Amino acid sequence: MSTTFSDHRRPRNIRLGVLGIQGAVLEHERSLRKSLKELGMKGDVKRVRYEEEIEGLDGLVIPGGESSTISRILGQKKIREKIISRAEEGMHIMGTCAGAILLAKEGGTAVDGSDTQLLELMDIEVERNAFGRQRRSFESYVDTNIAKRFPGVFIRAPMIVNCWGKCTPLGRLEEVIIAAEQDNLLALVFHPELTSDLRIHTYFVQNIIKKYKK
Amino acid sequence: MPLDLKIDDLRYGSELIKRGFAQMQKGGVIMDVTDAEEAAIAEDAGAVSVMALEMVPADIREVGGVARMADPAKIKEIIDAVDIPVMAKCRIGHIAESRVLESLGVDMVDESEVLTPADPFYHVDKTDHDIPFVCGCRNLGEALRRIEEGAAMMRTKGEAGTGNIVEAVRHQRAVMGEIRELKEKEKHELIDVAKKHGVTLKLVEEVAERQRLPVVNFAAGGIATPADAALMMMLGTDGVFVGSGIFKSESPQVMGEAIVEAVHNFDDPEKIAEVSEGLGKAMPGKNIDDLSEEERLQDRESSR
Repeated sequence: MSTTFSDHRRPRNIRLGVLGIQGAVLEHERSLRKSLKELGMKGDVKRVRYEEEIEGLDGLVIPGGESSTISRILGQKKIREKIISRAEEGMHIMGTCAGAILLAKEGGTAVDGSDTQLLELMDIEVERNAFGRQRRSFESYVDTNIAKRFPGVFIRAPMIVNCWGKCTPLGRLEEVIIAAEQDNLLALVFHPELTSDLRIHTYFVQNIIKKYKK
Repeated sequence: MPLDLKIDDLRYGSELIKRGFAQMQKGGVIMDVTDAEEAAIAEDAGAVSVMALEMVPADIREVGGVARMADPAKIKEIIDAVDIPVMAKCRIGHIAESRVLESLGVDMVDESEVLTPADPFYHVDKTDHDIPFVCGCRNLGEALRRIEEGAAMMRTKGEAGTGNIVEAVRHQRAVMGEIRELKEKEKHELIDVAKKHGVTLKLVEEVAERQRLPVVNFAAGGIATPADAALMMMLGTDGVFVGSGIFKSESPQVMGEAIVEAVHNFDDPEKIAEVSEGLGKAMPGKNIDDLSEEERLQDRESSR
């Protein structure tokens, strides 16, 4: 029997998943576990690969990796539809780098050219590899509404070139939008999971807990 | 058009950025390609990256002579053909080839024993480049030496172009076994290990404590079937390189897709059975014992 957030019985542990198709999966699992520990919360964190594993999740992270590879595998499985329907029901999702691309409604030319199938959940348009090839990958401190002077790790990073509707930008690097939020969805073009700074993961977990306590 | 940022504290080519690139490859298949057409097939089949080279290892064996970096025109053609990262091989210690590859915009350089070594004494100083390097290893000592030189990713050497998985398994088991042995060692014993391998104690201690290499570790050299790829993942590698195994098989697109599926579902034998059905002929294989000393590519390491 599954309990929901509105139940007044003894609260169950929150359940967090990291989409484990390809990319920095373990790194996100580690950051989520540390965040839970820091918040003094009990919770389960696991790698998810199949449709049925998405069902009971309160939060899902879509990690960085190769967006075209991840989307190709997603498209072959029912897991894609499941993520979309659970997101519409309010499951929290954080997408980093390739994950942010997949959350977008619009993909720009570079994404269109690679037949990447987006989840089309957020009112954002992304541009793949917007900063250039790997030699143009960089580290820089960035300011976001979630955390100031956050160590931003940008690896062949996309950028959010447009943000509309219910979506709000959460941070910029010069003029470029690097983070955006829309209700239960959070998109980052950089990699908080590659640093030891937990502020962004903690923010993601806290938002889930807040809802849980209502 | 790539954006040009004018921010003062921007840092390119840091260790974090180089190792981070490799982390984004985890759980993926990197495929050898020799032209734009093959690169497009590899991308469609679900490769996370392609490796641009003049000839696949099986052909390098066949042709003999000196194997070098690919023609820059070919590399550019491949870069233009795909959106996924493009890697390319340089000869061991060939710091001019490595610079050329960097200038072409290659995303990662493989300083590879598959090409004929250029420097009998030294490997490339990989800390001196902004782009990351991957290197091969047969055992923990070789892995640690390459990491200390700045390699951001390791792979087993295996025996490239043979379609025979036995050497890749030997190398992966050696690395994992030697890492496990470190767990029980006291500090003075770890100092001995560091001395023996010619690396710093700090690196040995880090590996002993974390019980894994500090960089991503892929399988390479001899992977010819989906089951070979799954085997290497079961042995704890983070992903696989497939060289001759795809474009020397009967139907590269189908073989490529099947190996990608096998890597993603390596712990699901039914799925591996499903993708292995009716693949056509895998690449022809070679027995390791039939290779002469010169034909053993894995023994190539520059001595210091």
